[in-house]
Amino acid sequence: MSARRRWIVTIVAGAALALLLPHLGVPTFFVSLLTQTWIIAIAAMSLDLLIGFVGLVNFSQAALFGVGAYAVAIGATRFHITGFAGGLVCGMIAAVVTAALFGLVALRAEGPGFIIITIALNQIVWGLAYQWVSVSGGDNGITGITRPPLGPFDLSSNTAYYYVCLAAFALTLAILMTVVRSPYGLVLKGVRDTPRRMRALGYNVWLYRYSALLLSSVFAGTAGVLFAWYNQFVGPVDLSLDQSTQFLIVTILGGIGTIYGQLFGALVVIFLSNELSSITQRWMLVLGVIYFAIVLYAPGGLVVLVPRLWDRLRGKRVAVVPAEHP
Amino acid sequence: MQFYIQNALGGLAYGSLLFLIASGLTLIFGLMRIINLAQTSFYLLGAYIGLSLVTHGWNFWLASLAGGIVTMALGLAVYSAFLHRYHADPLTSLLLTLGLTLILDDGILALWGGDPHSISPPAIFAGSLTFGTLVFPVYWLVVIGISFAIAAILFLTLQRTMLGVMIRAAVDDEEMTRGLGVDVNRAFYIVFAAGALIAGLGGLLGGPITSAYPGLDGELTPLAFAVVIVGGMGSLGGALAGSLIIGLVNAFGKALFPELSYFTIFVPVALIMAFRPQGLFGRKL
Amino acid sequence: MNDAQSACLELRGISKRFGSLGVLDDVTLTVRRGERRGIIGPNGAGKSTLFNIIAGELPASAGSVHLLGRDVSRLPAHRRARAGLARTFQTTTLFPRLTVVENLVLALQAHSPERFHLLAPRSRYRARDEEAVALLDRVGLAGCAEVLVDALGYGEKRQIEILLALAQKPQLLLLDEPTAGLAPADASLVTEMLKRERGGTTMVLIEHDMGVVFDVVENLTVLHHGRVVADGPLETIRGDAKVQEIYLGGNL
Repeated sequence: MSARRRWIVTIVAGAALALLLPHLGVPTFFVSLLTQTWIIAIAAMSLDLLIGFVGLVNFSQAALFGVGAYAVAIGATRFHITGFAGGLVCGMIAAVVTAALFGLVALRAEGPGFIIITIALNQIVWGLAYQWVSVSGGDNGITGITRPPLGPFDLSSNTAYYYVCLAAFALTLAILMTVVRSPYGLVLKGVRDTPRRMRALGYNVWLYRYSALLLSSVFAGTAGVLFAWYNQFVGPVDLSLDQSTQFLIVTILGGIGTIYGQLFGALVVIFLSNELSSITQRWMLVLGVIYFAIVLYAPGGLVVLVPRLWDRLRGKRVAVVPAEHP
Repeated sequence: MQFYIQNALGGLAYGSLLFLIASGLTLIFGLMRIINLAQTSFYLLGAYIGLSLVTHGWNFWLASLAGGIVTMALGLAVYSAFLHRYHADPLTSLLLTLGLTLILDDGILALWGGDPHSISPPAIFAGSLTFGTLVFPVYWLVVIGISFAIAAILFLTLQRTMLGVMIRAAVDDEEMTRGLGVDVNRAFYIVFAAGALIAGLGGLLGGPITSAYPGLDGELTPLAFAVVIVGGMGSLGGALAGSLIIGLVNAFGKALFPELSYFTIFVPVALIMAFRPQGLFGRKL
Repeated sequence: MNDAQSACLELRGISKRFGSLGVLDDVTLTVRRGERRGIIGPNGAGKSTLFNIIAGELPASAGSVHLLGRDVSRLPAHRRARAGLARTFQTTTLFPRLTVVENLVLALQAHSPERFHLLAPRSRYRARDEEAVALLDRVGLAGCAEVLVDALGYGEKRQIEILLALAQKPQLLLLDEPTAGLAPADASLVTEMLKRERGGTTMVLIEHDMGVVFDVVENLTVLHHGRVVADGPLETIRGDAKVQEIYLGGNL
């Protein structure tokens, strides 16, 4: 089977499975975890656009995600923005505005400086959510967010909401995969690898980093909105540094610079943290060790590691094209 | 007036604790370009180890030293097993220290459980000082004194010893220093070990102020980074000044604007980072 | 045509200091359109710093840079590139994880609106790739089109380094030691590439290899300790006693 055929078969089979799953008699708990997986994968893909294709390790991705979640919550509870489209747009705009401000500050630095400054920026937003009780509800967060209907479809059932998140995931995947293969995506890779030459060629390096950050925030904000509706609750933990760390871990585990790899990262993290926690309390330790080992020994992530192991199991020694790693 | 003195003292005490964490952070970054996210986990680990020893009847100071030494051993083990290979690769080393944080946090949770522990200072320093209406714990002064003593030792080592000369040269220009035949790798080990030792030792020392609970490290990390940003990465003097500034801003921010105290710390920090990336006290990069 | 119009590059009183260290001191020079100018001088004379100032990577401490009659002193590097300036780097500065074609496409699409197109895959832009392959064909490298730059030999990388700048179709081309570190056979390939561009592009060349200099340029500027010590046609400079003394060691 050619590589291309193998791809197509995998995608079609995966899509069919994802579509049929809620009707195969799996426990609702399982459907619910998968819904969460689609949402976290969207956020991680938005982060991979920055890390894998622009070389920006953004520790404030949770702030963009969480601002989207808070925007839809505050919009619904205070301003009666209760529609699906209204809530979604509300969250996206909040995330983009936040990213636009963050970018002005953070993109004055590069490399380690950018990392440290985004830690500080995330902390600002977390601090607001945690302490500005009159607006954010503080540690108690905001409850009473109801899932709006999408046109004629009622989303209050887990199965219905599963399909909404699956569709959002598929759409994000399609858009981001196109973006990274577009002429603009090529420019991003150039900016990631050799900004100095890009400037000499006439590219405004700052503008590309900035625009990529804004683009990424659209999807991070979308994921935040979906997450708020999923939990019907938002709290400071949604935009904490820990949440940023989770996105980073999902992105690294899946495979930097792949976009689609983040689905596998999200699957592993969500299912490990939920399934493993019923077996052992030490799931975080297990996850930490797996993560540590992947950073050390398989920097391409699961999408490189798994096919390699698979081929080795079948006794084949096939050269695997390594994923791009900054 | 009383309000200001009270908060100023509390802020300085908290700030001098931050220095015990941030001094290692800034030296490790300045020398080997490793952003050590686990530095505050070292602090927490030191606190728990020290606490266990104290409950087994150890002397407070010895227990805190032991906490530092165990933490240092762990730090050295991780550094020599994994991290030393990535000193020129800030991303991978950052990701590894992040992994280390996850593992340490959960390990601590497994060993010591999730309940917060308050830690009492040694009995002779347990009291309060009273000046008129002003009342504050004696232990605040002790912590400030110890941190300044450690700062003095670090400064003297950097300024007056051969090792210090090597470290300063390597911070300035690693290639050149290697070219001169200096064993820079040895300096790396020593600095990483010292960073872990001081943070670990700080854990129990700071315990009476910060307590010890899972997640404390995650709360301290942004503050420690704020210190390094304000002071300038790689500058020990900057770390000291930055610690005190962040300590004071933190104390007054919490007292004056309880709803916005994170804002009052991190907005200036982000602006400093953006417009003066070398920090207030660092040299121009 | 008057002087201002015929000047491609004009430097007026450029000085550069790093702290207390003066690197360039009052450098003034004019390069005509179509001219091929060499800049020579011993190591530390300030040649690369001068290039970085012309290209906009470093601000000058004093003086101004004029490109095609326009003062570009305040423009950032990418705006100067858009105004018609291209440069190569002394140490190869390519995109190692991209293919040779992708490297060239980055140069070719730099001024086209398609650089902002993000919702169509690059496979829709076949013409660009063909343009890149055609450029490669001119130097006999069409065979490496789909190879990652990282996998190329050093000589090939140096050729691509120049090809990228040529693909920008510049009005002014700055070449920073194009043959640095090349074996003689590869160096002559590069020289041939540059000679083929003669007549069209205005070039300023920093080079240590005098063979290449004499092959490619017509006029020379000699820098020493950050100052222009001689400036003129190749033959005049060759005979200049001062230049021979400080730089050429008298054996030309």
